[in-house]
Amino acid sequence: MSDDARSGASLLEVDNVSKYFGTVIALKDISMGVRAGEVMCVLGDNGAGKSTLIKTLAGVYRPDKGRYLIEGREVRLTSPRDALARGIATVYQDLAMIPLMSIWRNFFLGSEPTTGWGPWRRFDVDYAMRTARDELLKMGIDVRDTAQPVGTLSGGERQSVAIARAVYFGAKVLILDEPTSALGVKQAGVVLRYIVQARAHGLGVIFITHNPHHAYPVGDRFTLLNRGQSYGTFTKAELSREDLVQMMAGGRELEELSHELDEFARADAKTEEGRALRAAAEQLGEEAKG
Amino acid sequence: MTVTEAPAGARADERMRRAGLLRRLFSRPELGAVAGAIIVWIFFAIVAGDQGFLSTAGTASYLEVASELGILAVAVSLLMIAGEFDLSVGSIVGASGMAIALLNVQYNWPLWAAILAAVAFSLVIGFLNGLVVTRTRLPSFIVTLASLFIFRGVTIGVTRQLTGRTQLGGIDTSKIGFIEQLFAGHVGSFSVSILWWLALAALATWVLLRTRVGNWIFGAGGAPDASRNLGVPVDRLKIGLFMTTAFAACLVAIIDVVKFTSADVLRGTQQEFIAIIAVVIGGTLLTGGYGSAIGAVFGALVFGMVQQGIVITGVNADWFQVFLGGMLILAVLVNNYIRRKAAEAKR
Repeated sequence: MSDDARSGASLLEVDNVSKYFGTVIALKDISMGVRAGEVMCVLGDNGAGKSTLIKTLAGVYRPDKGRYLIEGREVRLTSPRDALARGIATVYQDLAMIPLMSIWRNFFLGSEPTTGWGPWRRFDVDYAMRTARDELLKMGIDVRDTAQPVGTLSGGERQSVAIARAVYFGAKVLILDEPTSALGVKQAGVVLRYIVQARAHGLGVIFITHNPHHAYPVGDRFTLLNRGQSYGTFTKAELSREDLVQMMAGGRELEELSHELDEFARADAKTEEGRALRAAAEQLGEEAKG
Repeated sequence: MTVTEAPAGARADERMRRAGLLRRLFSRPELGAVAGAIIVWIFFAIVAGDQGFLSTAGTASYLEVASELGILAVAVSLLMIAGEFDLSVGSIVGASGMAIALLNVQYNWPLWAAILAAVAFSLVIGFLNGLVVTRTRLPSFIVTLASLFIFRGVTIGVTRQLTGRTQLGGIDTSKIGFIEQLFAGHVGSFSVSILWWLALAALATWVLLRTRVGNWIFGAGGAPDASRNLGVPVDRLKIGLFMTTAFAACLVAIIDVVKFTSADVLRGTQQEFIAIIAVVIGGTLLTGGYGSAIGAVFGALVFGMVQQGIVITGVNADWFQVFLGGMLILAVLVNNYIRRKAAEAKR
């Protein structure tokens, strides 16, 4: 199923990791990893354990069981800062971007380039503005003006700036938490393009999403989570888009939903609403069959 | 991609023009305060121009009032951009001034030593403010509201215990002309405190816009957790800014003590609120993450002009407080409007 265990080439890998919160088992025996120049998609519905997995990978939580390996060596991350120092950058859904600050100030926050000496040591503003603009252009992001506040950017553009920043500061692994979920179709497409760009730069990308239609076009391998457990990791060759959709939704549950809708439809078959429900039920039935 | 498409640079430029001069002007936080200062000046120039408002003496008098408030406001603006309040600066003015007077008059310390001791004392107080705020994670509004009363109470208590009085006079500055020149001297007919004010404002603006610390101040106020994750030492930064506001309060106390050759336990009362109002008029957001030190300069200037303008025109000075409250509401409304305009998505 997964060849992580054999290959030593994984940039980041977790091996049989479990995480408990009191009596709740948030993650159970999860194994997954990402190699350089690869997009690993982690798919799961709400409550599947995606957030816990992200926070474990990002160094916010420490796993209660299992091993965390960076480039084949076992590590214990102490903080998100520690993870970042080891080249693991996480871009959260709610973003580490400050809306009222300009793009270039955001881009360099916490790692400002300086010029001058002693008390005259100052933030190299010209360099920062120029570099921010160049780096964004390199990723194919053409902002009008890096002095504009981040708040004026669309959601997709903000995600893209965050990705460009992580790439510039030497991230080896990029963890993206639902980067497309709050976006429209076109904006989501923009972000997917930058994911591909990051892969082309040789980064390992862990792309966490609940949307198989976003994951399938860019993913190389897919790990599916359900209720804190892993269905396993599959390569793109092993899996069609339809398989992915079906596994994501859980075929059986879709079927149940289809029956339920059918019942409703029978109850008020004469109304227009009923007819619409019937159509929906049929479609779900189709998808459940795959 | 079409053949008619212009190169990236030209395209970016073409789209930028839509933002326009007006929006760029609107996106400056200090715009409201500059406009306010101009309006207030024109108003008093018309109403009180022939009563001395426009004379050198009149100008010097409102600049002097503005300068002491301005020294506080500039420091407070940095702290507020970083997302914290300091309600205790007025009490620190009283405490530091009294510390100088007690050491000099009661214990016969030389004035320069008393001043240095007061500076050290104020830095410790600011450090404690910052430490309590960052360690307990309580809102700084609450913590410094407590220290407002504690510092004032201790100042009154200790002074009365030691001297039986609440005012101490008799500080002799004649022997040390240098200190008098430095803190209470004049350049032409203008008080030297104006220079302190402008120098501090220039320094604060440079720090804010051209240093790493400045970037951290914006970041810490805008999103403290995100900044922390990016490696910004948010807690140390905030402690440093509390020490800065305390130092500014001490500087005002030194200027007052040297100028009046006396100290009063109640000196600086309510200055913290006026400083905050000046900062807010200057365009700084109450929630932090946005603002300017230059705005605070103009906010203080507005108050200096109004306070002296009311005196010159002979209007009952009671009305000053009405103006204070009214200006605060107006400034917040205008600033909210400006900020919405500035942050509006462009499509």
